[in-house]
Amino acid sequence: SSSLCLFSSSFYSTSSSSLCLSSSSSSLCLSSSSSSLSSLCLTFFFTCLASASASTPGGEEPNGAGHLMDFLDEPFPDVGTYEDFHTIDWLREKSRDTDRHRKITSKSKESMWELIKSLLDAWSGWVVMLLIGLLSGTLAGVIDLAVDWMTDLKEGVCLSAFWYSHEQCCWTSNQTTFDDRDKCPEWQKWAELMTGTSEGAGAYLLNYLLYVLWALLFSFLAVSLVRVFAPYACGSGIPEIKTILSGFIIRGYLGKWTLLIKTVTLVLAVSSGLSLGKEGPLVHVACCCGNLFCSLFSKYSKNEGKRREVLSAAAAAGVSVAFGAPIGGVLFSLEEVSYYFPLKTLWRSFFAALVAAFTLRSINPFGNSRLVLFYVEYHTPWYMAELVPFILLGVFGGLWGALFIRANIAWCRRRKTTRLGRYPVLEVVGVAGVTALLAFPNPYTRRSTSELISELFNDCGALESSQLCDYVNSPNMSRPLDDIPDRPAGPGVYTALWQLALALVFKVVVTVFTFGMKIPSGLFIPSMAVGAIAGRMVGIAVEQTAYHHHDWIIFRNWCRPGADCVTPGLYAMVGAAACLGGVTRMTVSLVVIMFELTGGLEYIVPLMAAAVTSKWVADAFGKEGIYESHIQLNGYPYLDVRDEFSHRTLAADVMRPRRSEPPLAVLTQDADSVEEVEALIKGTDYNGFPVVVSRESERLIGFVGRRDLTLAVKTARQKQEGVVSSSLVFFTEDPPPLPDDPPPPLKLRRILNLSPFTVTDHTPMETVVDIFRKLGLRQCLVTRSGRLLGIITKKDVLRHMAQMMDQDPESIMFN
Amino acid sequence: MWLPNSKIYCIIVKTITLDGPSENKLTLHIVFILQNSEDIRCKCICPPYRDIEGQIYKQNVSLKDCNCLHVVEPMPVDGKDVEAYCLRCECKYEERSSGTIKVITIIRYGDATIIMYLSILGLLLLYMVYLTLLEPMLKRRLFGHSQLIQNDDDVGDQQPFANAHNVLSRSHSRPNVLNKVEHAQQRWRRQVQEQRKSVFDRHVVLS
Repeated sequence: SSSLCLFSSSFYSTSSSSLCLSSSSSSLCLSSSSSSLSSLCLTFFFTCLASASASTPGGEEPNGAGHLMDFLDEPFPDVGTYEDFHTIDWLREKSRDTDRHRKITSKSKESMWELIKSLLDAWSGWVVMLLIGLLSGTLAGVIDLAVDWMTDLKEGVCLSAFWYSHEQCCWTSNQTTFDDRDKCPEWQKWAELMTGTSEGAGAYLLNYLLYVLWALLFSFLAVSLVRVFAPYACGSGIPEIKTILSGFIIRGYLGKWTLLIKTVTLVLAVSSGLSLGKEGPLVHVACCCGNLFCSLFSKYSKNEGKRREVLSAAAAAGVSVAFGAPIGGVLFSLEEVSYYFPLKTLWRSFFAALVAAFTLRSINPFGNSRLVLFYVEYHTPWYMAELVPFILLGVFGGLWGALFIRANIAWCRRRKTTRLGRYPVLEVVGVAGVTALLAFPNPYTRRSTSELISELFNDCGALESSQLCDYVNSPNMSRPLDDIPDRPAGPGVYTALWQLALALVFKVVVTVFTFGMKIPSGLFIPSMAVGAIAGRMVGIAVEQTAYHHHDWIIFRNWCRPGADCVTPGLYAMVGAAACLGGVTRMTVSLVVIMFELTGGLEYIVPLMAAAVTSKWVADAFGKEGIYESHIQLNGYPYLDVRDEFSHRTLAADVMRPRRSEPPLAVLTQDADSVEEVEALIKGTDYNGFPVVVSRESERLIGFVGRRDLTLAVKTARQKQEGVVSSSLVFFTEDPPPLPDDPPPPLKLRRILNLSPFTVTDHTPMETVVDIFRKLGLRQCLVTRSGRLLGIITKKDVLRHMAQMMDQDPESIMFN
Repeated sequence: MWLPNSKIYCIIVKTITLDGPSENKLTLHIVFILQNSEDIRCKCICPPYRDIEGQIYKQNVSLKDCNCLHVVEPMPVDGKDVEAYCLRCECKYEERSSGTIKVITIIRYGDATIIMYLSILGLLLLYMVYLTLLEPMLKRRLFGHSQLIQNDDDVGDQQPFANAHNVLSRSHSRPNVLNKVEHAQQRWRRQVQEQRKSVFDRHVVLS
């Protein structure tokens, strides 16, 4: 199949293109007008190229209905795949990939076609990154545009074209005056539209009522869609993605329906006015895109280890489009999300993040050629004495982070265990209603959180009309924007200050109940809002103190009357960084994201000071950030690389079986029949069985996994000639000596892992934990003087660590 | 038909013939998609100065001409006051993210992203209403009550290869396209039900 679209990519932001549908025989080009569709078309074009040239995914059988319908067939599980909610075997995946690579390299010398195939295989990684970047950027742009429109829909509608948001509607209006810069007659609030009046108590109440109704409608739609179509689309996504990247399998978590529903419901959830952000869900969306494109190439679709490399890069692209911070995205993926991050992935993540950022920029959702709403333009310097309030803001951020994590985990635990968890739809609608009811009266919470943060970050120019910038201007002042001297605050600023204080309390309380509900919810924007509000209040306080008491010692050196000393917007930025760092415990990635967000390289030192302080203060209350706490709450088998194990236990203390338990279930190398093997599988639920020479000598041969064993026995019974219940199962090279006229024996050597990891019983647990972490093991056998003694699984290690830290070891649920 | 300040960003080489009444029949060989020049502008906000009141000026100029001298027309002050007036004005270059296309028959479309999003949302809502309300009603009418209970039984068996059994048994039926679609849909619904149980009921994942 081929498509007949040619694109000329322009370096200016543009917005029109065509959508191409390519089927197997013809192509049809519809013209529409959004460049999101152009990147979609580019994606399809490359996908056509890629699928034509890449090797086809395995498991296809020639079918009467044609290859087009093959994706409807269920993939037959074969040896080497993993069960749902289990951990992968990193070493096996790595060795499989090395084998594949060696085969391709050796075959490439045979013919030209093989050489081309080997080059395509080498380049497939880069093609996948390009596709991920294009699709993530497109989806992020669509989400931003739709959120913009739907948030404004709660307050009013554009009469000339209903799909325009407030700002777009007033674009072409000739009737905006200087005094009412943000209003125009084409965009009317609901009360004005329905009753004709725009002032008075009746109009206010009508607007209030409609605001709440729209919020309830949006949240109800969001939670219903999640519940009916894709239950995995709820929550932030980052804890589960962290676990998946460490080797866990959750089937369907990165599927196509989850992608579609998460994108659609994220817009609804953010527009309903709830106190949540879209950054975490965008990481999930980008990883779904990564998973989607992995299935095009068998190099990634068949190898779970390689797939996770692609997912790490996709996570970087997700953060990159969420913040407009490509480098911050790569560092976030490196620091927070990924488990194993080889250097090759670093370069590829950067490429994916750049492509995603460029695609988003060409869609230009914010109309100002910037990637994020918060771009600030000032470059005023800061002074050494200002480090004191910055560090205070860091302390505030750390305290808030620790408090929020405790409160949120307690609430989520209550949702998990009590009756509250049985009414998810009612809970979402209720919280949305309460949020809308409390948010409407305060103008700072009525608008979307991104707009609030943008206003708080920005410095007050001479022509700002908001209440926060109601400073007393001297009549003959004529300085340009960046150099306006400090001015005394007018009454509007004091009103704004107490409104902001109320908004702070409201946000702190409501976010605790919002994060973790059954809709896509992110945490970055609410925490940044809390920090920005606190920072701006501190900044205004410092600014006014400096103005009114400019003869104090601290101010005398760096603050002369008539000079621009204090920039409250900078304090807002520092506060936002402090709160975000307190909650997520990010370090380098946070600072890089913040200065990429704002473009202020001069402000690295204040940001670092606040981030470091908040991390120290928050760590004093608990070592885990919000994502690690949620991983613990869910009981995922995540072995954190940051946890230090410093107890002096030995492997013999942790291994199974314990004294009171039945002995280890083993298989012998040539003395078990098929019937006995099946009984062992059915009677136990272990994930694997060690294979020994004989039950008397207990010398270890290897290890065989449960799934592989079950599949092999099942296939052998159906396909192989003569295999019955009394057939002998052997794992050696040659069949053992058999009695006369025996049923044909079953050779299962190919599923046996001949190099399982073993430790002796006196190995300290410190070393064992290190081995599990560095190699990604699932289980480790314990021997003494060459004889098999027991087994340690990852679940046992995690339970032991939990026990040592006085947490509940029974909370570890998966293995 | 080259407008100033316009940019090309897609060229489709295809022959489209629009049928209609004979005087409207058109054959387009090349369609240029242009960004409307209305989508970029320079906006200058000027505060009150002496006895002149505050004004907002907008013009379609490029980035390098986006300053007070080019945009503020007609200039309300003369000669020596122009500099003082212009120093107070704030000029910003802005772009809008919608676009229009101008086919030779002058068809205009607005911003399609919102329309596309609303249509996808509408389709999903219709499908959701069908799945939750209409389908059980139809099934109940066609097959009676007992079958409905049987269909609603939980299929949550813990055996790892329930799928394998189904695949092996299903390979005997006709490989009809409709059959495959039906089976794929059944399989999908079972997966979603499993997911719903683990997320909403047992609170095992994503609590």
